[in-house]
Amino acid sequence: MQSEWPLWEVFIRPKNGLHHIHAGSLHAADAAMAIQNARDVYTRRNEGVSLWVVESVHLHASDPDDADMLFEPAKDKIYRHPTFYDLPDEVKHM
Amino acid sequence: MTTESLTRRFQDKIDQELKIEPKDWMPDAYRKTLIRQISQHAHSEVVGMLPEGNWITRAPSLRRKVALLAKVQDEAGHGLYLYSACETLGIRRETLIEELLSGKAKYSSIFNYPTLTWADIGAIGWLVDGAAIMNQVPLCRCSYGPYARAMVRVCKEESFHQRQGFEILLTLCQGAADQKAMAQDALDRWWWPSLMMFGPSDKDSIHTAQSMRWKIKRFTNDELRQKFIDMTVPQAEVLGLTIPDPELQWDEASGHYHSGPIDWEEFGQVLRGNGPCNAERLEARQRAHQEGTWVREAAQAYAAKQIEESKKVG
Ligand SMILES: [Fe+2]
Ligand SMILES: [Fe+2]
Repeated sequence: MQSEWPLWEVFIRPKNGLHHIHAGSLHAADAAMAIQNARDVYTRRNEGVSLWVVESVHLHASDPDDADMLFEPAKDKIYRHPTFYDLPDEVKHM
Repeated sequence: MTTESLTRRFQDKIDQELKIEPKDWMPDAYRKTLIRQISQHAHSEVVGMLPEGNWITRAPSLRRKVALLAKVQDEAGHGLYLYSACETLGIRRETLIEELLSGKAKYSSIFNYPTLTWADIGAIGWLVDGAAIMNQVPLCRCSYGPYARAMVRVCKEESFHQRQGFEILLTLCQGAADQKAMAQDALDRWWWPSLMMFGPSDKDSIHTAQSMRWKIKRFTNDELRQKFIDMTVPQAEVLGLTIPDPELQWDEASGHYHSGPIDWEEFGQVLRGNGPCNAERLEARQRAHQEGTWVREAAQAYAAKQIEESKKVG
């Protein structure tokens, strides 16, 4: 036996109505233990109302070197924002 | 891209106060420095539970007992946050634990001193956690994202640690003469080791300059130590205790307290493993790890069995 328990990523919903947010990670033998341990270490002071745990190997991330390629194009598309459009002052509630 | 241009881009990011994240390119030396620093920090949190754990069953009241339990539990959590941050640099938890248990890794020398009386628990909270906070607050702005985020969490939890320690000493200082003497004795023994927690003085600190350039460190050891002294001396006055440094005096010109020389020989001895409790601390960690083996194995066997069972049902 003697191999390491897998690594899990922990996500906490701070309160109802908000998204789960990444809080950190921990090792556990299975999902139930991961939730139990996450509860013990990450929510000792009312940090949240719900927990998600995901085995870290199942999490896929974008490559930081691709960041420009992926996210840069959004910067010059200012027409995606409401402030791009000129309206006369008389127009209200838009 | 060449290593040279990658390095330049890396330093540019740091100069702009941008965070480095786990998958970003980083120089090997930066990675190594962080692994060393974060793992030492994690080990310190874990070993730091031992001197205080010693008093949990003998806390003088239920109020003190729940506080101490909660504090020690926090320290375990801090160890976990830090090990997790360290693992993002590509080192395995098992390796880190092995390095601690084999005696290869270092941890804060302060935890190699014994907790002889209840007042020591007060002194640890006030001085040791106080010094830790002084070190940790600037680390919340460390250039490495996972370390900085772990520190934010740690610092939030840390402030009650110092306050409960101070409260313990305040209670003793307002008690009988014996109790006050016990508090003074604790301060006498913990003062100098607490000052040593900030590490060697700047002129002997080999890593400081590079760590400052990388924005892992924001202040030098001596700067932090001075801040700690300036903050703590007036608190000792509130307690009515005397800091065991005959040279200690307010220096109007610099706006700081002047203090006497630190016994670096003692620091070196404790660091080399010759402190009063080095062997005992390591032995306690080794035993805990050993005795936990069957639990780790059983949990793993149970998890494997659950997966088998679910396959049968499916
Ligand atoms: Fe801590
Ligand atoms: Fe603490």
